[in-house]
Amino acid sequence: MRSPRILLLPVLLIVGWEVAAYFIDNPFVLPSLSTVIPILLHPFSTEYTLGTGSLVENAAASLFRVASGFLLAAIIAIPLGIGMGRSSFLHDFLDSTIELLRPIPPLAWVPLALAWFKIGFVSIVFIIFIGAFFPILLNTIDGVKSVKKTWVEVAETLGARETDVLTKVILPGSAPTVWTGLRVGFGIAWMCVVAAEWMPGISLGLGYLILYAYNFGQTNLIIAGMVVIGVIGILIDQVFRAGERRWFSWRSLER
Amino acid sequence: MTLIIQDLSKEFPVPNQAPILSLSKISLTVGEEEFVSILGPSGCGKTTLLRIIAGLDSATSGSITLDGETIDRRSSQMAMIFQEYSLYPWRTVIDNVTFGLEMQNTAKRPARDTAMKYLNLVGLAEFAERFPYELSGGMRQRVAVARAMAIEPKILLMDEPFGALDAQTRNMLQKELLEIWEKTKKTVLFVTHSVDEAVYLSDRIIVLTPRPGRIREIVENPLARPRDRTSPEFARIRRHVLDLINESSQPKEDLIVHPPSL
Ligand SMILES: Nc1ncnc2c1ncn2[C@@H]1O[C@H](COP(=O)(O)OP(=O)(O)OP(=O)(O)O)[C@@H](O)[C@H]1O
Ligand SMILES: [Mg+2]
Repeated sequence: MRSPRILLLPVLLIVGWEVAAYFIDNPFVLPSLSTVIPILLHPFSTEYTLGTGSLVENAAASLFRVASGFLLAAIIAIPLGIGMGRSSFLHDFLDSTIELLRPIPPLAWVPLALAWFKIGFVSIVFIIFIGAFFPILLNTIDGVKSVKKTWVEVAETLGARETDVLTKVILPGSAPTVWTGLRVGFGIAWMCVVAAEWMPGISLGLGYLILYAYNFGQTNLIIAGMVVIGVIGILIDQVFRAGERRWFSWRSLER
Repeated sequence: MTLIIQDLSKEFPVPNQAPILSLSKISLTVGEEEFVSILGPSGCGKTTLLRIIAGLDSATSGSITLDGETIDRRSSQMAMIFQEYSLYPWRTVIDNVTFGLEMQNTAKRPARDTAMKYLNLVGLAEFAERFPYELSGGMRQRVAVARAMAIEPKILLMDEPFGALDAQTRNMLQKELLEIWEKTKKTVLFVTHSVDEAVYLSDRIIVLTPRPGRIREIVENPLARPRDRTSPEFARIRRHVLDLINESSQPKEDLIVHPPSL
């Protein structure tokens, strides 16, 4: 049986945590689980969040920001990636610039985002956009390039026009790789939102919540916030993986 | 229906070198309901020739016309079955077969009916809802044949379609192909490097020389079908074709030994 084995370490960690918390006896360094779990059990209550929004409100704010930046990135990166995968002119024209911008960490854009878009929603969305954009773009380019030339030629000899080739061959043929790009891009976007919410002037969001909790010395709330961040990250990743199994199993089964 | 190929040559450019001459002065006329094989060793330009006929590549010089018109790859007058595996892995078998019909905006129902008709013809009706990865190599090529036939092209171009299969499957598919051809009477241009396959299948065999591909000889094959591979007449034609192929690789060696004599 696999499941007892995969649960072993988490259980040991939790037990070790409780033991350590007992001996350290300083809730600022390591709060006991008994002070963390009640927060998680009352996700709609503001009583546990020191007067700021509830866990759910904060999570919803973060999710909305991530979704906005992520969708914007997908809407721009996918068509651009298809264009770059299809046209060597477009690829050569853009590639050097993209390679130059890509290694800059998304959070390095924070000061510039503030200068351009001021404090607020737009700045956060911009940071998330930067984080999600490159994985989606690069995977789309890869996906389009991995479409077999024969697939396109078969379509053409069967009478396909340019748009048919695009919608009936290039898109479905590259979709699994694009999907991987979306999954990776969302993962990075989710990491970015937490840090982006530390920008000045933000008053809602999971990132904001854990920093706020720190300012009040409430480590149990920090940890509860981290748990929520992790759980949401896993859930969304699982949704992407389920989609992969559901729609793109042909790629792994192909021989 | 007449396909006329005149003085067709094809060069591939090579950076910093003289271009590779792949085909040289091919002239050929193919008529209605003919089964023609193009036979030659690996690298002699068979795929290149078929691709030019399909309109996927252009010739360096010479011309091709189908019923007096130049070739357009999208015209659906020809369908090609590729040397390598070419089904769409994300589509079911039947959706692969309807692909060409979708391109012609055929309504869904009639498209499916036509597809089923051709799947029946290749004996795969019961696999209609399966995915290509569930099929063996031979079954996949059958689907590719059905997909090509479904658009009812005037000419079927086949590039070593059975090349990757074992001998038994190969023989079976050859037999099936002839049965289908007899039912539909499509013109078939069949590329192969197997002498046996060419003699078994075709009315005429175009024997190409190795690099560059030239027509060595066009061998008429009058044997009645179904052909018996063990009959003396079959052996005689096969012998003749084999000799042509062996001869055509000969001059190159002569060239090395006695350069002035050529
Ligand atoms: N795109 C290309 N660029 C450069 N040279 C090419 C190209 N395609 C084919 N050739 C050359 O043209 C010649 C003929 O190739 P072709 O693929 O037509 O051979 P073939 O007869 O189909 O061989 P096989 O039986 O192995 O499939 C070869 O020498 C090959 O190197
Ligand atoms: Mg070939």
